[in-house]
Amino acid sequence: MSINKLKYVLQHADNALIMGHRISEWCGHGPILEQDIALTNTALDHLGQARSLYQYAADLYNGLPDAEKADFFSSPVFAGLQTPVTEDTLAYLRDGWDFRNVLLAEQGNGDWAYTIARSFLYDNYTVLLYTALQQSNDERLAAIAEKSLKEALYHRKWSSEWVIRLGDGTEESHARMKEAMEERWSFAGEMFIGSEADKAMLAEGAGADLEALKSQWSNRVNEVLTEATLDLQPADAWMQTGGKDGNHSEHLGYILAEMQYMQRAYPGMEW
Amino acid sequence: MNNEWPLWEIFIRSKTGLDHKHVGSLHAVDAEMAIENARDVYTRRMEGVSIWAVESKYIHASNPDDAGELYDPANDKVYRHPTFYELPIELKHM
Repeated sequence: MSINKLKYVLQHADNALIMGHRISEWCGHGPILEQDIALTNTALDHLGQARSLYQYAADLYNGLPDAEKADFFSSPVFAGLQTPVTEDTLAYLRDGWDFRNVLLAEQGNGDWAYTIARSFLYDNYTVLLYTALQQSNDERLAAIAEKSLKEALYHRKWSSEWVIRLGDGTEESHARMKEAMEERWSFAGEMFIGSEADKAMLAEGAGADLEALKSQWSNRVNEVLTEATLDLQPADAWMQTGGKDGNHSEHLGYILAEMQYMQRAYPGMEW
Repeated sequence: MNNEWPLWEIFIRSKTGLDHKHVGSLHAVDAEMAIENARDVYTRRMEGVSIWAVESKYIHASNPDDAGELYDPANDKVYRHPTFYELPIELKHM
């Protein structure tokens, strides 16, 4: 039972961490100072959500019986671990196949339009997810959702306005936004395809109903795309999957190499 | 061609303050973005609960060269301060 809860919390934690990391790559490279700061704030919001979720995941993991612990991660670091796991162990010492984030989160930043498209599809999902999780019978998850929702609402406002601004902007901005949305679209479906953990947690009353989320998500995404004068994307398009099961694109390895280098080279190092 | 986004002046009211105070300026394409940028640039540390944004071109300023004629004449008009009233003895805390 708690194995699925741990997987579920990790899915959301990994999404937040990897999204936050990707967005943080814009720090110092934004097209204008004010938007550079806006994105950096957003990256830190995601990181804060990831921390809350990893702290919970660490407690769940530490509470497992030894036999279940031994089977849970296949990253070698966990085999010889003598001390309880912390949020840092989960972020810095797991290998890629133990990460459960959706493929959308790890996709490269591309240009501004690609970054906006990725955030737009994701932010529309997290607003609905956190809204639903406020009703979770798991109090800790509900509390994290309540706090995160306010941040997600602002992220969604920001990314939606940019989709409209670029889509309904100049000929060039429209073309770039259109291209980015078409390319990112095949990564959007995975958010709504239930993993084993998603299904188990829904049945238990602790998780969100992804089917219900999907129809609300489509409605709102289509509203914004229409206002942005962009084509609606096909609902039945073929979708990329695998992230929730630990099968990632090549991008994740590069992200982890950069993010985890310091802790792996100098274990326990602090600034 | 000028590709710079328009400049905006930002005024923030703090939780304890009654008035909006000028905190600085920033660039944005429209009023909505100006307020959002102000939120991200100037209220990150809980500085405010209300934001005003005014496009800088709408601010009209007095000319520093006119300072003499504008402000100096007030120098010797002490009677403009309400310090010459005889207060009743019952009023202790004025």
